[in-house]
Amino acid sequence: MSASTSTNGGNTGGSSPRATRDTSFKARAIRDIKKNYEIYLILLPIVAFYIIFSYVPMGGVAIAFQDWRPGRAMFGAGARWVGLKHFKDFFGSYYFLRVLRNTVTISVSSLVFGFPAPIILALMLNELKNKYFARGVQTLVYLPHFVSMVVLCGIIRLFVRDTGVVTQILGFFGFPAQNMLQNASLFVPIYVISGIWSGVGWGSIIYLAALTGVDQQLYEAAEIDGAGKWKQTIHITLPCIIPTIIIQFIMRTGQILSVGQEKIILLYNETIYETSDVISSFVYRKGLLENNWSYSTAVGLFNSIINFALVTVVNKISSMLSETSLW
Amino acid sequence: MAKNKIKIGPAERAFDIFNVIFMLLLCIIMIYPFYYVVIASVSEPAKLMAFDGVLLAPAGFSWGAYSAVLGNPRIWTGYSNTIFYVVVGTVFNIFMTVLCAYGLSRKGLMFTRLVTVMVVFTMYFSGGLVPSFLVVKGLGLYNSRLALIIPGAISTFNMIIMRTAFAGVPDSLEESARLEGASHLQILWKIMIPVTMPTIAVLILYYGVGHWNSWFSAAIYLRDGSKYPLQLYLRQILIENQIGDMSQTSASDDQALLAETIKYATIIVATVPILVLYPFLQKYFVKGVMVGSLKG
Repeated sequence: MSASTSTNGGNTGGSSPRATRDTSFKARAIRDIKKNYEIYLILLPIVAFYIIFSYVPMGGVAIAFQDWRPGRAMFGAGARWVGLKHFKDFFGSYYFLRVLRNTVTISVSSLVFGFPAPIILALMLNELKNKYFARGVQTLVYLPHFVSMVVLCGIIRLFVRDTGVVTQILGFFGFPAQNMLQNASLFVPIYVISGIWSGVGWGSIIYLAALTGVDQQLYEAAEIDGAGKWKQTIHITLPCIIPTIIIQFIMRTGQILSVGQEKIILLYNETIYETSDVISSFVYRKGLLENNWSYSTAVGLFNSIINFALVTVVNKISSMLSETSLW
Repeated sequence: MAKNKIKIGPAERAFDIFNVIFMLLLCIIMIYPFYYVVIASVSEPAKLMAFDGVLLAPAGFSWGAYSAVLGNPRIWTGYSNTIFYVVVGTVFNIFMTVLCAYGLSRKGLMFTRLVTVMVVFTMYFSGGLVPSFLVVKGLGLYNSRLALIIPGAISTFNMIIMRTAFAGVPDSLEESARLEGASHLQILWKIMIPVTMPTIAVLILYYGVGHWNSWFSAAIYLRDGSKYPLQLYLRQILIENQIGDMSQTSASDDQALLAETIKYATIIVATVPILVLYPFLQKYFVKGVMVGSLKG
């Protein structure tokens, strides 16, 4: 920060036309820092924190273009640069399409089934006449959100194995007894349904908040005009929470290629990699379990760039379509 | 809602009844897994395994799984480590988050905008798993308890919630203190923190639950079992099936079967603190979502 200050202010005396007083950038910067030195001292450890734990790793992606291993230099003479070798390896490999397909399948399924669920729940909770009952239901549906990922996945594993309670219940409907997590075609449904179970209540809070903001007079006016409950929902309630829905949808579509590795790692196994291995779990396995540092970093960088581009594009589209954008 | 009750037609009445039934079913779906885990944990292993169908009450009754779990030193090591990570980690989280949010909420400074951009950018782009791992390792934090505390010190999302709270404090409060010659740290400590305490309480809960439930950084940064948080032991028991020392004499069938109920009992032992605290803290968590949604 201070480095850029001094280089920018190198041409002392060159007054910028926009400056209200006839002072250089450097002089203004020095005055500002002197006056507010306390704030800058407070921010110093913060800037250091972000540089060390966010920006140094960003520089560390250099190893994606090298054959790096522990003990070898990342920069300077000792570095062994290989250009796009690891990217070509990845794009040319059988894994590329597999992890890409799985990532998209899992996040699109989660979006299609998981996105409307909390909206519907919020609308229905809002219609409950007995507010004590409504509050009781809310308390229960928020609860799964606080269960840790390890416990959630532990429960899933116990419930869907061949003797598990879910497998047995499905057995009444003619479903064959099997360890469902050994069956590749069942991984996505298990992932999505358990995700809805644990997330639907918590996800509804934001819509319930939006619903409390709806002007009650609108309903009264509609009632006088003879509009029934269903028409009121379509013409009053939904339009009022549409901005919230759009914002939530934007955030979700921006993350379409970022399926986190934690739940995947806890649920998958080698026999079902075909449908369960996503980009992040692949990065984890290659990098930290198989020590293919450079290759893993290349795959991770590919994912980061795509994600960043997606968020940017989605945000651009939304700010063109409406006032609602993330930044 | 509607004040006049004359207008409730049969269709609406039908919907109301359907809605209540739907909600009751939903509650059963939400609760049954927890209930099942509880009754399975106190069942007799052999009877539980033989049972076929929807379990409504314990199959037999036995505290065997609990005495095995509570007699397992790993559970207690995990518990005390987790408490350490939750307490120390959350204190450090709040310290760093408050400093960052206060600094960035001050107006009229030349470089806070630059720092804000630098901070927010990290929400959208990161170096990735391996480079971050190498930085932590390079700092000598591998296999150190600090690896679970320092690298995740600030959640940028939480920091923005805090900054919004600080920005909402009326300027007049700060100005009068400045006239009396108070420094920024004094203002922060004596005025800003007390005034924004409700928001800080929400963040304490968010960070605290985050530490309690976290396992991934522990899995990649810790080698010694003596430093493992509870969740990592849970993973060994629930995911990797390492019941190990809990069922001592592996020869006997009873012990092998006990492994089944041990898993359920472990889930209960690890989740009870959250379940006990949850009803009291629920409204703070919910409030946090509201605050966060204002400026996402």
